[in-house]
Amino acid sequence: MTIVNFTPLPALLGGALIGLSAAFLLYAKGRVAGISGIAGGIIYPESKDDISWRLVFVIGLVLGGFIYQAIGMGAGVEHIQAVVSKPMLVLGGLLVGIGTQIGTGCTSGHGICGLARRSPRSLVATLCFMGSSIVTVYIIRHLMGAA
Amino acid sequence: MSPAIRLLAALFAGTLFGLGLSVAQMIDPAKVINFLDFAGNWDPSLAFVMAGGLIVNAIITPLILKRDRPLMAEYFRLPTKTEIDKRIVIGGVIFGIGWGVAGYCPGPMITSLSFADSDILTVLAAFVAGTFISRWVLAHRAA
Repeated sequence: MTIVNFTPLPALLGGALIGLSAAFLLYAKGRVAGISGIAGGIIYPESKDDISWRLVFVIGLVLGGFIYQAIGMGAGVEHIQAVVSKPMLVLGGLLVGIGTQIGTGCTSGHGICGLARRSPRSLVATLCFMGSSIVTVYIIRHLMGAA
Repeated sequence: MSPAIRLLAALFAGTLFGLGLSVAQMIDPAKVINFLDFAGNWDPSLAFVMAGGLIVNAIITPLILKRDRPLMAEYFRLPTKTEIDKRIVIGGVIFGIGWGVAGYCPGPMITSLSFADSDILTVLAAFVAGTFISRWVLAHRAA
């Protein structure tokens, strides 16, 4: 193992901003900041009255990306691009969509909000997705030999 | 409280979240996959994203939940289930495989729309399709 591109301070700061956002959403609206859940309620709504705040939150997610670029933090986003082929992007996106709805949460809802509430379900979910993602990367990079 | 202020609160929360994902560089799938690659070039940074989010949230959340109700809503809507069922395991594993395959989890996928190219639109469209199919099946199975 070689450690590369380690950026602990921006990571910690970014994480803290995410934590503050989640805390604010809970404080103001009593909602958990789980992105897959918020997006799921737009893509396949359970109730029509419950869509507008979700849409606005999602617009905010994109706006946050724009603000980051506008204030010119870090090296910018020019170098950021997908690192796998289109078919793999389709497969990855599909599995993320399917899995997060079956498991009722993703990195944010389970990994940050759920663990902060010491939810045993979120702990199990987090261990499952961390484990399977690490195994997946190992298989693709080291067994199948893709860079 | 007026609906406009409620929506503004959601916009603020989303913006802060998207900014956090960007500052943390979670919007870079190369960084995400390096984080998951313990056997190769390991980039531990994203563990610090989770740590930062968890520490802040673990300190503030209990204080918020001491209140009777949220500022702008009737009650706190927290997941009530506590049992560990097959769904949480299977869903978590499937999500993780997808995360490892493409390097995108839902938040960064959406925030990346701020510099979208055809790759980002592709993974996002697939996520929307997967979400729709999954929720449709779950809704009709339960009925």
